[in-house]
Amino acid sequence: MNPRAENRGAAIDLDTVSKAYGSFKALDGVSLRIEPGEFMTLLGPSGSGKTTTLNVIAGFTDVTSGQLLVGGKSVVGVPAHKRNIGVVFQHYALFPHMTVGRNVAYPLTLRGIAQEERKKRVAKALDMVKMGDFAHRYPSELSGGQQQRVALARSIVFDPPLLLMDEPLGALDKKLREWLQLEIKRIHRELGTTFVYVTHDQEEALVLSDRIAVFNRGRIEQVGTGRQLYDQPATLFVGRFIGDSTVLRGEVKSDGTGTALTIAGETVSAPRRLAGEANAVMLLRPEKLVIRRPGRDAAGTNRLSGTIAEAIYLGSGSKYEVKLADGSTAIVRSPLAGESFSLGEKVELCFDGADAKLLPDDSTADTTLT
Amino acid sequence: MEMKPLTRVILGLVCLLVAIWLVAPTLVVVPMSFNENKSLAFPPQGFSWQWYQNFATNPEWSTSFLNSLKVASLVAVLATVLGTLAAFGLDRMKARPANLLRMLMLTPMVVPGVVLAIGIYAVYLDAQLVGTLTGFVLAHTILALPFVLIAVSANLEVFDRRLETAAASLGAGALTTFRTVTLPLILPGILSGLLFAFATSFDEIVVSLFITNPYLKTLPVQIFSSITRDADPTVAAVGTILLCATTILIGGGMLLLGRERKGRL
Repeated sequence: MNPRAENRGAAIDLDTVSKAYGSFKALDGVSLRIEPGEFMTLLGPSGSGKTTTLNVIAGFTDVTSGQLLVGGKSVVGVPAHKRNIGVVFQHYALFPHMTVGRNVAYPLTLRGIAQEERKKRVAKALDMVKMGDFAHRYPSELSGGQQQRVALARSIVFDPPLLLMDEPLGALDKKLREWLQLEIKRIHRELGTTFVYVTHDQEEALVLSDRIAVFNRGRIEQVGTGRQLYDQPATLFVGRFIGDSTVLRGEVKSDGTGTALTIAGETVSAPRRLAGEANAVMLLRPEKLVIRRPGRDAAGTNRLSGTIAEAIYLGSGSKYEVKLADGSTAIVRSPLAGESFSLGEKVELCFDGADAKLLPDDSTADTTLT
Repeated sequence: MEMKPLTRVILGLVCLLVAIWLVAPTLVVVPMSFNENKSLAFPPQGFSWQWYQNFATNPEWSTSFLNSLKVASLVAVLATVLGTLAAFGLDRMKARPANLLRMLMLTPMVVPGVVLAIGIYAVYLDAQLVGTLTGFVLAHTILALPFVLIAVSANLEVFDRRLETAAASLGAGALTTFRTVTLPLILPGILSGLLFAFATSFDEIVVSLFITNPYLKTLPVQIFSSITRDADPTVAAVGTILLCATTILIGGGMLLLGRERKGRL
């Protein structure tokens, strides 16, 4: 096995792809370029279109309109079994009447590969997922994690230039999931093929991906690295979906240089303004907020008062949910060394206006998240 | 819930009585087949194999036995192919029309056999199918098809169609997928359907009595005409053989279905 495989993946181009079921638009003009060898995650809540996109690429679902290129060639209308794309399903989909070895050999048998070569490649693929000793077992004798590793071996054994994974770890418990995430990362590095991974778990997306495409209501809201999505969310939905966040809404006043927000009598400001007409909201990451007891002097920074609604000990620090004067909830993370606060305590939240992201308000962001 | 000892004894006794009641008529046949005298009296006297010998050597009996085997084998194949195809079609149709069609195809199980027999006889008279092999096979297939349909449908219901999607992603076309994935997984249902179809045809009597003629008799028809003519214990011998054969067949079919259910849990 070559540890640093050359770039053997296929590029994928989705060009304004739409899929409608009657009047419901599962995909509404999705455009996305996935680079060869890239690990791209399609992230979004259920019904956002991420799985439909995967099914369209795999050939399980026809597009209503738009163009789809895999490796530079249009595959619109090409049936799934002629696309040579590996797929890993959430439900494993191993053939229960075949042993592990025969499951993995299945795509090779279909391609008319001679027995000798077939044996070698099956062994290699099973070794890669660390299931080499299980070739003679039946799927029903394996645990969920083992079955999924076999499914992974089966989908890479025929060297597809593209591997699609549809929530492959969704049915497994947390510990196993975290371990398999690292395994998948390693296999991606060793194979050098393009991986497209669907999940609704933003932490999983951050662990695995080169880039993440955030889906909402059949559209892509933003594509970028995990860091870009966390630090520079393009929309309120992305800001709220990736990581914890506090959203401040209030009466907006903006002048040439900044924006001021009045929330239940308290005013905070940021040295930026939003282009366009939309109502601005401020989005703050938990580590940008400082929590402290009220009354102390803190000139120059923004201050909001609230009460502790929930205190969660995390080991590495504490997480607090603070109820603000307007009834909304702020999320704050404080390091272990800091002061600790108890439920119901009156506190003050301070932040630097430069750390607040100004985003156009989007009332749908709340409803689709829950 | 804990049962009182007395309740348990009474329950056991009732079960035993019902079981005896159900099985007794069948078991009466077995000792009668070893009767020394040519009578169907019960209890039988003495012991002899002569009625089994008669069954094997008398051409009237052996011909009808072979006829039944021939008809049942053809029916089993025909009903299994048609029933499996029907089960497939219904499984992949929209639910509402599928349910209607399914009910239609199951009517031979509910319609009184005599009514069906009259209808078939009337049609066969015109079509000159009375007393022909084709006539028997077609009529029995109508009766056997529902059993295949039920057995295969039950299997298809638990068959995970996502396996077909997986096979497609691995490069298998529709036919290859059917041959390598779907068929092996629903085979127990098809086989048990085959057994039920064979058994249904083999011991069918009502329709057979209508469409039989002296040139083509199946075994149950021969039994019936023999017993109405004279008291020949060969009937009991045949009955005993049939009892063993169908028990093995149906038992095998049930076993296949049962194992399939358990395997999927």
